Amino acid sequence: MAYSDKVIDHYSNPKNVGTLDKANKNVGTGLVGAPECGDVMRLQIEVDDATGIIKDAKFKTFGCGSAIASSSLATEWLKGKTVDQAVAIDNMDIVEELNLPPVKIHCSVLAEDAIKAAINDYRVKNGLEQLVFEEKGVH
Amino acid sequence: MLKLPVYLDNNATTPMDPRVLETMIPYFTENFGNAASRNHPFGWAAEEAVDYAREQVAQLIGADPKEIIFTSGATEGDNLAIKGVYEMYASKGNHIITVTTEHKAVLDTCKHIEKLGGEVTYLSVKEDGLIDIKDLEAAIKPTTILISIMYANNEVGVIQPIKEIAALAKKNGILFFSDATQAVGKIPVNVIADGIDLMTFTGHKMYGPKGIGALYVRRKNPRVKVTAQMDGGGHERGMRSGTLNVPGIVGFGKACELCRLEMEQDAKHTSVLRDKLENALCQIEESYVNGNKEHRLPHVANISFKHVEGEGLLMGFNKNIALSSGSACTSASLEPSYVLKALGLGDDLAHSSLRFGLSRFTTEEQIDYTIEQITNTVLKLRDMSPLWEMYKEGIDLNSIEWAHH
Repeated sequence: MAYSDKVIDHYSNPKNVGTLDKANKNVGTGLVGAPECGDVMRLQIEVDDATGIIKDAKFKTFGCGSAIASSSLATEWLKGKTVDQAVAIDNMDIVEELNLPPVKIHCSVLAEDAIKAAINDYRVKNGLEQLVFEEKGVH
Repeated sequence: MLKLPVYLDNNATTPMDPRVLETMIPYFTENFGNAASRNHPFGWAAEEAVDYAREQVAQLIGADPKEIIFTSGATEGDNLAIKGVYEMYASKGNHIITVTTEHKAVLDTCKHIEKLGGEVTYLSVKEDGLIDIKDLEAAIKPTTILISIMYANNEVGVIQPIKEIAALAKKNGILFFSDATQAVGKIPVNVIADGIDLMTFTGHKMYGPKGIGALYVRRKNPRVKVTAQMDGGGHERGMRSGTLNVPGIVGFGKACELCRLEMEQDAKHTSVLRDKLENALCQIEESYVNGNKEHRLPHVANISFKHVEGEGLLMGFNKNIALSSGSACTSASLEPSYVLKALGLGDDLAHSSLRFGLSRFTTEEQIDYTIEQITNTVLKLRDMSPLWEMYKEGIDLNSIEWAHH
């Protein structure tokens, strides 16, 4: 299967690989997927107290090239957005941007799940209610 | 200068030996006759070439030329052997024994037999990929007519205890069929010494052309027959109709002859390089060789790199190195290799595996390059693997509640 140039670029030069301090209350961590399924993503956001803007985002991903590219792209998109704007990121935006084929759509869904899990982790840490999201069910 | 890409997927198919091609060429053009044309020189030339090739093929496996049925390849041979025996020996019973790590051509044919009302037992394998002969013994019933067990596995390269299986089959009056696609031409296979009744193999896994293979069908002690699965002109002693693929057969014959003459040299060459590759890659932390290392084809290695996903790994170098992975992220099912799972590997390790198949044309320079590329990619991907980070922090990955899809 041929990968799109954008997937290859993110795979070869992934953006924002790394780890933020989980203990920091401004950091939200989302860990989604399962080793048995061949995909695990950990995505972290760091939110600026004063502005509510995501000032940093990091990821680590175990998975195929499309999974790595989806999470790398997600961290790029997250930086500079408010948490509310981040909630609106849809997996199909990732599919479109990376030209993912149908068998790889689950990678984009996983990235969206990781974003939402990170946001909810941040919300819980800061005394807010968890947001309830609709199941995509495309995995 | 190293020429890229490097080809290390020889279990899928081998390049054709130029010496094979050379022998085939005249049979496309001037010697184009139909081997069944009995009354003119074109037919005679074709028939003569087929007879010669049949001897070359038979000699490689210690058979009589009359016991060789030409087919289109191993998949057809698997179908013809299993379905053909099932039909031919229906009055004796309807039970077949096979193994979970067989090729799909055997497994799916067995499923077909079950739909027809036959009974199939699928033996599991030990962690090293070999069957336990006691399991086989226990599975035998009065209705068992066929044991179908592959000679060597296509994914991990392990060689089954063929002689023991054959002895057990003989003792119980059961026919023994072996899919020897990966073994023939690579290691000594002798149908008499091994005690095999039916055996399939194919040209393109042994430096010959695609689209041509053979089914060995024993003629003595016992005399075995299979019911034809295609109706037609009654070629190949009535077991496989269809105009013979003369150029393919000529090439297959030559490939068999070359393998017979050069097997020892090829095996030594590939095993030295395979061992170099395997030893170097096993220097990487948390890497594991899959399958029995002792009873294994000389040119095959299957290695898992923990906490790195196979397809992601391949992507690091698959423009330059042709390999396959036990990860099936590309397939619609997303299921990792059923063979590796049958060996008891967790899905995570099965997803993390690479299969290497070397050939007589593999060079040390190619192996050195492969070692370097894979090592670098594994290390790079581990740097971005959350599982590797957790493992390094001493977190037990089994203690985490993963969100299964």
